[in-house]
Amino acid sequence: MSALANIVAGGVFHAAVLFLVAAGLQLVFGVQKIVNLACGSFYALGAYFGITFITYAHQFGVSDWLILPGLIISGVLLGFIGPPIERMLRTVYGRDESFQLLLTFALVLMFQDVFKFVWGANPRSLNSAYLIYGTITVGDFSIPVYNLLVIAAAIAVAAGFGAFLQRTNYGRILRATAENRVMAEALGVDVRRVYAVVFTLGAVLGTTAGALVVPTAAASLDMAIEFVVEAFAVVVIGGLGSMRGALAGALIVGLIRALSIVYFPEFEVLAIYVIVIAVLISRPAGLFGRAVA
Amino acid sequence: MRPHPGAAAAVCGTVALALLPQVVPPYYVGLMIPFYGYAIALLGFNLLFGYTGLLSFGHAMFLGIGAYGAAVMSSVFGVTSFELVLVVVMLAAALIALPIGLLCVRYVGIFFGMLTLAFGMLFHSFLFKFYYVTGGDSGMRVARMNILGLPFNTYNKIEFLAGPFYYYCLALLLIAGLVMWRLVHSPFGLHLKAVRDNARKAEYLGVHVRRFRLAAFVISAAFGAAGGAILGFRVGLADPELVYWTQSGQLVFMAVLGGFTNFFGPIIGALSYILLQDQLQSLTEYWRFVLGAVLALIVIGLPEGLSGLVVDLRRRLVGRAA
Repeated sequence: MSALANIVAGGVFHAAVLFLVAAGLQLVFGVQKIVNLACGSFYALGAYFGITFITYAHQFGVSDWLILPGLIISGVLLGFIGPPIERMLRTVYGRDESFQLLLTFALVLMFQDVFKFVWGANPRSLNSAYLIYGTITVGDFSIPVYNLLVIAAAIAVAAGFGAFLQRTNYGRILRATAENRVMAEALGVDVRRVYAVVFTLGAVLGTTAGALVVPTAAASLDMAIEFVVEAFAVVVIGGLGSMRGALAGALIVGLIRALSIVYFPEFEVLAIYVIVIAVLISRPAGLFGRAVA
Repeated sequence: MRPHPGAAAAVCGTVALALLPQVVPPYYVGLMIPFYGYAIALLGFNLLFGYTGLLSFGHAMFLGIGAYGAAVMSSVFGVTSFELVLVVVMLAAALIALPIGLLCVRYVGIFFGMLTLAFGMLFHSFLFKFYYVTGGDSGMRVARMNILGLPFNTYNKIEFLAGPFYYYCLALLLIAGLVMWRLVHSPFGLHLKAVRDNARKAEYLGVHVRRFRLAAFVISAAFGAAGGAILGFRVGLADPELVYWTQSGQLVFMAVLGGFTNFFGPIIGALSYILLQDQLQSLTEYWRFVLGAVLALIVIGLPEGLSGLVVDLRRRLVGRAA
């Protein structure tokens, strides 16, 4: 029983991180209709930068207790890369979606070498005190409080995003732009600005997720290209452009991965794609997606 | 009747490629083998992408089927005829592509790309995780085989690749090119273009849109497997890296670099990519960054690729003369 609880806890933690990245992917796709292959690179960038940021903070005598807020700040700081990349993507907005996909693939290639140049080819990890927040133990079951905090943070982001999109004025503008760009523009929405904001928000979600995962896992050159296919699986299962879909998809992928690593290691990755294919065949638009013409 | 400008280009290109081993050092001749592999695979890929308008992001799967098929046949079953391997892997790829294609061609655009990506990764994780069947990340050995029934025992592997196998691959590319040329200029090819340009209108005119998309998918898979068998034979190894999604991205990269709107674009793309990558790798450790930047520039500024640039220049020159 407790073994299962441990597995589920691990799966939910993974799902929380996946959700953050997938939410960024969904936001960008929902409003800009661009599938961003570079979301995994943002995630990896967040992880590497998070390590550097915390290491420096440690040297300046910042308490280990501040590791979680510190990582979140480092993720948000990376938002500065959003606007220039969005500016580059702007050149292909009017064109076929395969060009947009390819341009983000070009970003993936470039980021790989940026990581190698700045942080080296060997995996980097934060040999840190993330256990400083302690561990909760119930019987045989134990979970680091840090993991719980990250899960809570992801839930907060999900709720915050929901409220932001549904209830605030700017959220309505975003939804209107997603719905009908030309009409929104005609009604006086500065679509260029909206796109820049949306892309930056999407990037920040990715970098923050990467920063948050870094105390528990090493940052490596492979993480960018490995994570992006998982994030893709999440949005395809959940439905492209849907936030609720990202949540459901992340939970499904996270739990399945955690369960299969323990019980059927051969099927760890296979199981995810089988589900992706099953969903695409039975519900082409994903679990929460709207049918696309 | 004036000869087609493409025909003239093809003849010049063939002569240049045939003379190449006499002129350049063996290293570059050996480097051309992957060019032939990719060029053949890309001819098929472009039937799907350029002519039918479907962007597959999982096409490396078929390279993998070719390479692993060659590995299984040569190392496990002891097949020594490379022609037999080619025929079998092409048939196998077509057979596998049939059910996958049936599912995938229900979608276009981004969904087609994502579904093919999912199938590609499915195949990759099979190769990677079922190590007792596939050798996992260390891959499977592709043994040396005969071509045209001749073992060429007096040649070592490098001499063999730079000599007989080079011309053999050139011949294969010529055959593949001729077959593809006939295909895209046949009524079948016209149907595909009609489907690409306006699927609804084509449907209205009585074209079975999905059936044509499926046919393009299956044919492109067979070409991909042939290319994969060449790649596997050259390295002597089939490994899962060949099937990873970044490899599929690389195929798209080559097609766009050469220009997918032109028949010869994929061949030009494969050649320039191989040479570019080789040069960059010898220059800098950070060759991926440069490749990425090149891809970004092509996508932004030169959407018709290198062949588009050539056609454009030619048009301007001819225009000035007239």
